[in-house]
Amino acid sequence: MDFNNKVLHVFHLFGVEIWLTQTIVNTWAIMAALTLFALAVRILLRRFKPVPAGFQNAVELAVEAFGSVVRNAVGEKYMYLGNWFFMVFAFILASNLSGVLGLRPPTADFATTFALALATFVLIQVIGFTQRKGKYLKSFFEPIFIFFPLNLLGELARPVSLSFRLFGNVLAGMILLGLVYQLPIYLRFVIPAAAHAIFDVFFGALQTYVFCVLSLSFIGAAAKQAGE
Amino acid sequence: MDPLALIISVAQIAAVIALLNGVLTTLGDAKIAVAAIEAIARQPEAAGSVTSNMFIGMAFAETSGIYGLLVAIILLFANPLIPIYLANAA
Repeated sequence: MDFNNKVLHVFHLFGVEIWLTQTIVNTWAIMAALTLFALAVRILLRRFKPVPAGFQNAVELAVEAFGSVVRNAVGEKYMYLGNWFFMVFAFILASNLSGVLGLRPPTADFATTFALALATFVLIQVIGFTQRKGKYLKSFFEPIFIFFPLNLLGELARPVSLSFRLFGNVLAGMILLGLVYQLPIYLRFVIPAAAHAIFDVFFGALQTYVFCVLSLSFIGAAAKQAGE
Repeated sequence: MDPLALIISVAQIAAVIALLNGVLTTLGDAKIAVAAIEAIARQPEAAGSVTSNMFIGMAFAETSGIYGLLVAIILLFANPLIPIYLANAA
């Protein structure tokens, strides 16, 4: 069995090799599907009713549920973070669920999850620094200056642990499903469906939620440690 | 003994040892779940926030388990020692 990310095509552009991997193809497919879905929602909700009904109700429910998660984690002042994290949530959820369709989930590639975690890391540093200026830099030297290397390592370990958590869960689910599909033929009726329900749907949705909530609470902690 | 077979078999034993930390990780998860259930039994109206905090705590507790799993996967499917051995043998 081969669980590696297959390279489908190698482009040569100005002497640089560009690898077209399964991850890139699946990422673009998921991005196209999400964009089409967003456009469909926009067209369906062109006439916005004050009293929601039917489809508008479902969309409002999703947006309000995510908004309350963001409000609990970072507070009213940073509600604009909800836009970015709703996009991250939709993308990770769609890529985890794409395993059900037999695609290789893009989140089973460490590059994808590390890119998302790196965005969180940049948000933590930028928001922490712009909100608290010197106090944020001083928080690295607390309780006394000897702890600076430890604090720095703890800060750098955040994107690593955040990305490894998502990557490890999705990759382990993918490998276990690959093993389930190697079962003898008379065992291949209900077991793969149950395994898909557990590893792709349940753990996929749970890890998506955990990624977003952990990122939001890291940002909230960086923005308002000063005892507000 | 064939050195390549030795490398592969030691890597498989090491992968099993790396996966053994799942025992303690699951024990920690179980403790978190017990605490959450006790909290919900005491205060049923706080069930929503207790449940979401429980999942976040479980995700934190599972981090070391995930690291062990990744080490095992690397040892089994992307062992870095085998290319080194093959390059030296050639």
